[in-house]
Amino acid sequence: MSATANQPSNSNSQLSGERLLELYQTMVLSRHLDERVWLLNRQGKAAIAASAQGHEAAQLACIEATDPSKDHYLIYYRQFAAMMALGTEPEEMLRGFLAKTDDPMSGARQFPLHGAHPRVDLFNFSNVIATQLPQAAGVALADKLKGSDAVTVVFFGDGASSQGDTHEAMNFAGIHKLPVIFFCENNRYAISVPLEKQMGVESVASRAVGYGFPGVQVDGTDVGAVYEVTNVAIERARAGDGPTLIEASVERLLPHTTDDDHTRYRSSEDIVQMLNRDPIRILAELLKRRGQLTDSGDEEIHALAKKRVNLATDTVDAEPYPSVESMFDHVIDSSGGHS
Amino acid sequence: MAFNIELPHVGESVTEAVIGKWLKAPGDAIEKYDPLVEVITDKVSMDVPSPATGTLTKIHVEEGETVLMGSVIAEMSVADDADMPANATTSSFASRIGTLVQGANVGPTGGEFVDTSLSIFEPEVMESVPGSGGTRTSMESEPSSRQKGFSPVVTRLAAQHDIDLRCLVGTGLGGRITKQDVQAVVDSGVAGNVEIAASQSNPSSGDIVVEPTPIRRMIANHMVKSMSEIPHAWSAIEVDVSGMVEWRAANRVRFESEHGVRLTFLPITLWVVTSALRTNPQINSSWLDGKIVLKKSINVGVAVAAGEGLVVPVVHGAQDATIVELAGMLNGIVQRARSGAMTIDDVRGGTFTLNNTGALGSVWGGAIINHPQAAILTTEAIVKRPVVISSNGEDEIVVRSMMNICLSFDHRIIDGAEASKFLQMVKSGLESIDLQTVLK
Amino acid sequence: MTERTVIEAVRATIQAEMRRDSSVIVLGEDVGIRGGVFLATDGLIDEFGEDRVIDTPLAESSICGIALGAAVNGMRPIAEIQFADFVWPAINQLVGEASKVRYGTNGVKTAPMTVRVPYGGGVRGGLYHSQSIEVLFAHTPGLSVVAPATPFDAKGLLATAIRTNDPVIFLEHKRTYRLVKGDVPDADYTIPIGKAEIKRPGTDLTIIAYGLMLHYALQAADMAAANGISVEVLDLRTLRPLDEDAIVESVSRTGKALIVQEDTLSVSISSEVAAIIGERCFFDLDGPITRLGPPEIPPMPFSPIQEAAFMPSPDKILAAITKLAEI
Repeated sequence: MSATANQPSNSNSQLSGERLLELYQTMVLSRHLDERVWLLNRQGKAAIAASAQGHEAAQLACIEATDPSKDHYLIYYRQFAAMMALGTEPEEMLRGFLAKTDDPMSGARQFPLHGAHPRVDLFNFSNVIATQLPQAAGVALADKLKGSDAVTVVFFGDGASSQGDTHEAMNFAGIHKLPVIFFCENNRYAISVPLEKQMGVESVASRAVGYGFPGVQVDGTDVGAVYEVTNVAIERARAGDGPTLIEASVERLLPHTTDDDHTRYRSSEDIVQMLNRDPIRILAELLKRRGQLTDSGDEEIHALAKKRVNLATDTVDAEPYPSVESMFDHVIDSSGGHS
Repeated sequence: MAFNIELPHVGESVTEAVIGKWLKAPGDAIEKYDPLVEVITDKVSMDVPSPATGTLTKIHVEEGETVLMGSVIAEMSVADDADMPANATTSSFASRIGTLVQGANVGPTGGEFVDTSLSIFEPEVMESVPGSGGTRTSMESEPSSRQKGFSPVVTRLAAQHDIDLRCLVGTGLGGRITKQDVQAVVDSGVAGNVEIAASQSNPSSGDIVVEPTPIRRMIANHMVKSMSEIPHAWSAIEVDVSGMVEWRAANRVRFESEHGVRLTFLPITLWVVTSALRTNPQINSSWLDGKIVLKKSINVGVAVAAGEGLVVPVVHGAQDATIVELAGMLNGIVQRARSGAMTIDDVRGGTFTLNNTGALGSVWGGAIINHPQAAILTTEAIVKRPVVISSNGEDEIVVRSMMNICLSFDHRIIDGAEASKFLQMVKSGLESIDLQTVLK
Repeated sequence: MTERTVIEAVRATIQAEMRRDSSVIVLGEDVGIRGGVFLATDGLIDEFGEDRVIDTPLAESSICGIALGAAVNGMRPIAEIQFADFVWPAINQLVGEASKVRYGTNGVKTAPMTVRVPYGGGVRGGLYHSQSIEVLFAHTPGLSVVAPATPFDAKGLLATAIRTNDPVIFLEHKRTYRLVKGDVPDADYTIPIGKAEIKRPGTDLTIIAYGLMLHYALQAADMAAANGISVEVLDLRTLRPLDEDAIVESVSRTGKALIVQEDTLSVSISSEVAAIIGERCFFDLDGPITRLGPPEIPPMPFSPIQEAAFMPSPDKILAAITKLAEI
């Protein structure tokens, strides 16, 4: 089972029940794969992983409002679920985490989730924080010059909002009314640094006014709510009215990465509390309340996801690593290609 | 016996300490581990324990002094069989380097990830990782032909010690002369460091100072080396070559038209000398590293006067050649020598040298041995002389063509008897040639 | 053919490239209405409009980051950093990001951007308008670094840089902007990146230089010729990739190398050139590899005597030539 491509955005900001169920399936698949990657790390096979557990609803709902046939996605290292939402196969994801030869994003030269997507215009050049924001402004600038109505969505966390690059990017985007959506997934922790040590304001969105465009806060565990605000921002951008800063509040259910131990800086009550905001549980309950999902139906969705993940793991586990020779590819354009 | 007490190293980043209160005084009996003195660092205060059991004899540092770790702070005397600690300085140096802790890992961003990714594929994968595909060095993978020069250090050593680099055999890649090759010559003391007492240190007006050519310089160095290393002795003998002269006169034209090669005495002499060397291996030898090396191949160098000086091209494997072949080889090398077209193989590997000084009119010659050979033979001018011959008990004076042959030889290897035996053999060989002789 | 100064050649080339390819855009501080503080983009906003000649906020990191984003999405941006001394905030976007776009995306994404950087001293620029910044970029796989010294080379190399499909750092010595004048063909031509050029053939020793130092080296070579020393002067033109073959060919022929540089010598272009010569010309050297550079102090003092003491000059180069030739 793979994620289905979403429909182009429409002015009806409500998601259909059917579509909601499909998104739920994608989230469940993403969650199971996410857990499997963590396990592979403990087995010594996946060197590093950053989990999107807790962020799934925000990522999927945001992307649902976009048009992958023309829009641009500048992601950061935590966009596991976003990748799944954009049709990345579990095998493709695992090739990145296990650093195998056919990793579509970077040929396994980079950390997983870094590089460029083979089918949609999604890329992530580095894990230096917030460098993608000015780049997103540049992408949007090019679209404006070309007269394209494509939108650039740039994802980042609460920590990234402190970087100088963030300020510079938003400033420029505001001046030129660029078609950018600055999508901040605020999980209140930048590794271990809590929100109150990261900023002097209560919310990231409150800064947008300083750049001359709207800032919106939204509950990141609410698929419908995130979809709605993103839709508004998309339409604004396509109409040439400029950027929007969306701040989706989410929980980071796991430590920062597989190298982190969040018990060192989060209390056990805090860790237990945040499980209440697990978006998968929240959406399951919503769907069950609406009669769109039964318990046995839910079990089946989970079972299918597990099976899919097992198949993908077995497949990629047996695949080879990139050859030594291939590390010399693509340093510069050795064909001397010119415009 | 006396034993120094050093200030021990107490921490990674700490290098010195301030001496506090001394807890023992000179003359006190001390047990191993007894606290001797308080020391204070910016990280810790501690007592320095006694490293052994004995008596404190001397204190070197006073309270309040700042002292580097590892320096001696006091002395004690211990019984000769006392339980001694390992030398404080060396063990602390090793601990300063540290050791690797097996299994202690750092993951990509600071965690404790233990990488198992290669172990699954280990044997095939690790073999397939080509050695040259990854890490690079700046050295050219194939040494180029341009790496045959003299390196700066070789040039410097050669100049300093007056060593002729062309006489050295290089042990480096492709025959390159290495620093070690030159150093070996320096160390063996046979470098041309002979001091020639100068009769005049400055040229006076009217004198012409000539800068020797490289070839001349090379010859000069070679001569000095030979004379300074080899104890030369000399022996000579007269040879009646009348028969050989007649034979040559009779056969010269036919020989030249048949074989296309000029017939001089040289091939005959060479052939006779080669036979004599075959049965006198001591003459075809070399003194090397205190041993006498009897050479298997007979490679006779033939001295030729070429444009810039004497050169000695070598006829390799003369023992296997017929006279006709020798004539051909001689012709070739002499021509190449005169036209300056000799190759390195033409001048290498000689085991004996033949020099026709007679061509220049000399009747007696004392040649210098071509180092590192054992002997050199000159053939002098053929001169018609009145000679006494005994026939039928009667002495009579006849006119014969006489040629002296002179042997300079290495008296470490060859004594007069052997030299004479060799000369006799050459003489009888040459005297056996007459009009009846058919030479192939 | 037109006689132009270096800055005129730069301006004319940007204009020609913008006419030739509508995806070429210019962005930087003061590049639009002011035409650039050195007039490198004078008049361009009138011809091409403010969509293609963009006055950016004062923010070097994002000037390069935005250029990178635009490059990845179909434009050919020429970003200008007003003074090399201000490039440091942009190091991350250039060395950290742009250099690895192609490599890190397995060739799927490329960044055809040019970053123009006025550098160098001898202009009473003090510590923050005199710096040479080539080293960090020249050290970075994935970048090309170009430093032309003449108007002719500036045009040919800038055209190539703009047309190249990977990031190019284009260094312009600001002292040469108006100081150096030369013939520049009006027709289109390009000079390949990675090719040095012998600006003056000679036999006794080779001077290797770039930027302003090229011209000082040529002056010194003329003076040396009067003293009977035949000096060959090799203009590197590209700092990454260095034209190793040209360096080796020249030095192995003359046997002596003098590397002249305005940038601080320690861990610099001259160090790399010296290493190449040591590795590949060992048996052809007739004298030690020699480097001439400024003193090891922050570049460079503002007051005139100190600045003159800091900068290499034709006389200082001549003294080094003479000493090396004597060995």
